[in-house]
Amino acid sequence: MTFPYNDKVLEHFRHPRNVGKIENPDGNAMEGSPACGDMVGVQIKVDPDTKQITDIKFESYGCASNIATGSIITELAKGKTIEEAKKINWKEASDALGGLPPIKAHCSVLAVEGLRSAIQNYEERHGLVKDQKPTTVEIVRRRLKKVMNPLSGLDLVRTELVKDIRVDKGTVQVTVDIPPGHQFAPNIKDEIMEKIEPLWDVKKVEVEFLE
Amino acid sequence: MIEKNVYLDNAAATRMDERVLEAMTPYFFETYPVATSDFGYSLGIEAREALEYARDEIAHYIGASGEEFIFTSGSTESSNLAVKGVALALGEKKGRHIIVSAIDDFPVIHSAGSRALEKQGFSVTYLDVDHEGLVNLDRLRDSITDKTILVSIQHANQEIGTIQDIETIGRICSKKGVLFHTDATHTFTRVPLDFKKVKVDLITVSPHTIHGPKGIGGLFIRKETPITKWMDGGFQEFNLRAGLENIPGASGFAKAVELVTPEENERIKVMRDHLIDRVSAEVPDTTLNGHRSKRTPQNANITFHFVEGESITLHLDIRGFSVSTGSACFSRSLEASHVILGVGGDHERAHGSIRFSFGRYNTMEEVDRVVDTIAEVVGELRKISPLAHNKEAQK
Repeated sequence: MTFPYNDKVLEHFRHPRNVGKIENPDGNAMEGSPACGDMVGVQIKVDPDTKQITDIKFESYGCASNIATGSIITELAKGKTIEEAKKINWKEASDALGGLPPIKAHCSVLAVEGLRSAIQNYEERHGLVKDQKPTTVEIVRRRLKKVMNPLSGLDLVRTELVKDIRVDKGTVQVTVDIPPGHQFAPNIKDEIMEKIEPLWDVKKVEVEFLE
Repeated sequence: MIEKNVYLDNAAATRMDERVLEAMTPYFFETYPVATSDFGYSLGIEAREALEYARDEIAHYIGASGEEFIFTSGSTESSNLAVKGVALALGEKKGRHIIVSAIDDFPVIHSAGSRALEKQGFSVTYLDVDHEGLVNLDRLRDSITDKTILVSIQHANQEIGTIQDIETIGRICSKKGVLFHTDATHTFTRVPLDFKKVKVDLITVSPHTIHGPKGIGGLFIRKETPITKWMDGGFQEFNLRAGLENIPGASGFAKAVELVTPEENERIKVMRDHLIDRVSAEVPDTTLNGHRSKRTPQNANITFHFVEGESITLHLDIRGFSVSTGSACFSRSLEASHVILGVGGDHERAHGSIRFSFGRYNTMEEVDRVVDTIAEVVGELRKISPLAHNKEAQK
C-alpha cells in the first residue's frame, strides 16, 4: 500500500503522544482557526526554578501532518527548558518525523507556533518578558489576528470586525462591529481578553460592541 | 490483515467491468484501423460501423438519434465544447452573457469563468443554490436577458448528489429562447433522463462513473443547436470534434451503458440509504450535505463535525477503505470544497465532509464495515479535537 506519509508520520498520526489538556496549565495557546483548516492547542507546565517544561499536552483539529507534528513537538519539548524549547523550529520537527511533504508545511508549522505561543503566554503571565516594549495599537492588532470570527472562521482583523483600537496608560479599548446581543459576542469578548490581558503593561481591557 | 480494499469513491472513477473490456478488445487487435469512409477498405468500414453502432446505442438510450451524439475524450472536454462552442457560435451574433450554477463542476465553471470566457469579455452569472443545493428557479428566470446565450446547470452535483429540476429549467430556457447545457456525468443511466421530454440542448456524459473506460466521453447536441467546433483537424464527429476516433473506448462506453439496470440502481440506493440511516443514528454531530430525496442513488455526503476530513480519509485508508473529502487539506489546490461552501456551509463543514459513492461492486457487508470503522475513527479524532472539547464545555 502506498500512503501519502512515511511510517514515522503515520505512527504519530495513529498514536499521538501527550494528547489532551493540563489542569491549571502555566502556559496556554491556541493557534489557527477552522477557516485556515487547522487548529492546534498547546498547554505546558513549567518548573518555576529550573524553567524546565515538566508536562506538555496538545489538541488538534487538523490533518494528519498537523496531528503528527503536534505529537512530535510535545516529545521534543518535554524536559527542555523554555529557552531551549523556544528554539524548536519546523525543520527540526519535520526532521524528527523523517520528513513532511512541503505542501503540508503550513499545517504542521502551526504546532510549532503553538508551542512558542504557549511559552510566550507563560512568560507574560509570570513577568518574564525580557525586552518589554510598550504595548501599541499595532501589537494589539497583531494579537487580534488570532481571535476568530466564528461567523466566517476567519480572524477578526481580516474580516474587518475590529473597528477601533485605543491604548492609553495601561488601558486597551477594542471596538468590535457586532451588536452586544449577538450570539457570539460573549465568546469574542472572552477571546480578546485572553489574548490582550497577558501583555506586561496592560492593566485593563475593555471590549465594546456596536449597536 | 487488510481484507480486499473497500472502494467507495465511485463518483471519481469506477472499477471497469470485465464485460466492457471484452467489448473493447476486438478493436485493439482485430478491427484496429481508423474508421474510414464508405469507400475505404473493409476493416476500416467495419471500424466505422462499430463506431456508429456504439453511437446509436448510447444516443437511443435517452431517446436521441445517432446524429445528436458525438464522442469526446471525456466529460471535461464535453463541457468545454458545450460552453465555449456555444460562446463561439453566438457571442458575436446574439450576446455575451452566460448563466451557470455556483456549484457546477470545474469544466463548466472554469470554461465560463475568469480563466476563459470572462477574460474574453463575456459576463457570467453564478446562480447561488439553497442549503440543499437546488438552484432557485425564479432567480434563473430573472437572470436571463436578451443577451443570454447559454444556461449551464448540472443534472446532479459531483459532491453532494443534489439533482436539479432540469425539466423545469429546460422549459424556462426554451421559453426564453436560450440554449441549455447540463452536465450529466453523475446521472447518466443512474437517473432517468428523456431527451424527447426534457428541453435540453446539450448534455455532457461519460462512462468512467458507470464501470466503463476512462479517456472517452460524449456530448449530446440537439439538432440545429448552434455550436462552433474548436478542436480543429479532420472532419470526424460530424465535423464538430477533430481527432482519431477512439473506437475501443466508444464500444466500451456503449457496453457500460447497456450493463446498467434499474435493479442495480435500486440496489445501490438501498446501500446508500442504509449508510445514511446508520450514520445519523449512531454517530453524533453529523450533517447530511445535499438533498435527502432529490439525490443520485450512489451518493452520500456527510460532515462529521469537529474533525478534519484528510485525517478521516487517511485513517480509513489505513484500514482499507477509499473515500474522499471536501477538505482543503485533501485537495491539490488546498482549497475547501466550493460545493459545501456554496450550499451555505462554513469551512468547518467542508473540512469534515466525507463523500461515499457507491457502485456495482459494493456490498451491504462493506457498508456496515465502513460505518463501524468511521464511527470508531471519528470518535478517536474527536478525543484530540479542541472543537469537540469546546462543544462539551458548552453543554
